[in-house]
Amino acid sequence: MNTENMTTQNEMSIAFSALSSNESFARTVIAAFIAPLNPTLSELMEIKTAVSEAVTNAIVHGYEGGGYNMFVCMGCRKLHTSDNTCIIEIEVADAGVGIPNISQALEPLYTSKPEQERSGMGFAVMESFMDSVEVTSIPGSSTKIVMTKELTLG
Amino acid sequence: MDILFSERNRHLIVTPVGEIDHHNSLTFRRSIEKAFARSGAHNMIFDFSRVDFMDSSGIGLLIGRYRELSKTGGKVYAANVGKNISKLFGVSGLAKIIPVFNSIDNIFEEIKGGK
Repeated sequence: MNTENMTTQNEMSIAFSALSSNESFARTVIAAFIAPLNPTLSELMEIKTAVSEAVTNAIVHGYEGGGYNMFVCMGCRKLHTSDNTCIIEIEVADAGVGIPNISQALEPLYTSKPEQERSGMGFAVMESFMDSVEVTSIPGSSTKIVMTKELTLG
Repeated sequence: MDILFSERNRHLIVTPVGEIDHHNSLTFRRSIEKAFARSGAHNMIFDFSRVDFMDSSGIGLLIGRYRELSKTGGKVYAANVGKNISKLFGVSGLAKIIPVFNSIDNIFEEIKGGK
């Protein structure tokens, strides 16, 4: 989704160690940031789930398991669309191994780590729970996921 | 996170408490495998009544147990799946291999009915 011409009304960004214990932290941070917008419980759960998938991917795949000295960068912006709607744009980025074949990675059930009981459904979940998901990656260097979801302001 | 186990008619009832994500899915997996091996159960029921959050790591966990139990002809069921986790079952196609019931009692009624 092209959000370049939209006005940002609120923004946050953090970096945290690529540790699996921070997956819960990451989704809680996003939930706290959007809580004042009064999302429905269902919208909140969908956003939290999508964030969890993106951050898990960064740790498991980008950083191949992660570590305290590797960092996941996460940002969230509230973009103005109308008086009673807004778009939440979430970015999750890592400076890890990158994805050599994005279309393969996006295929439901595809996982590069079947031995870890990964379901291969991460991107499918992000795509169905958010309005848009974009993945860009430079193999050997970085991966960035940008997701958006429109909320009706309560 | 915590996990509760009980047994009924050779079904191990697994009740995870809290959140299921990548961070704790391996702990859940080991704990479930251990409890299943110790039990005399043939089948498994996942009770979601006390799960507050689950992402696709939970799907991986369930598919893993489905594969394991399939080897001995055992079945895996899910009960008390709330609205949000239900969506995850739909997106992943998990509901096609793991039957979802409103309650644990419903599962035993179905089995008893021989359907």
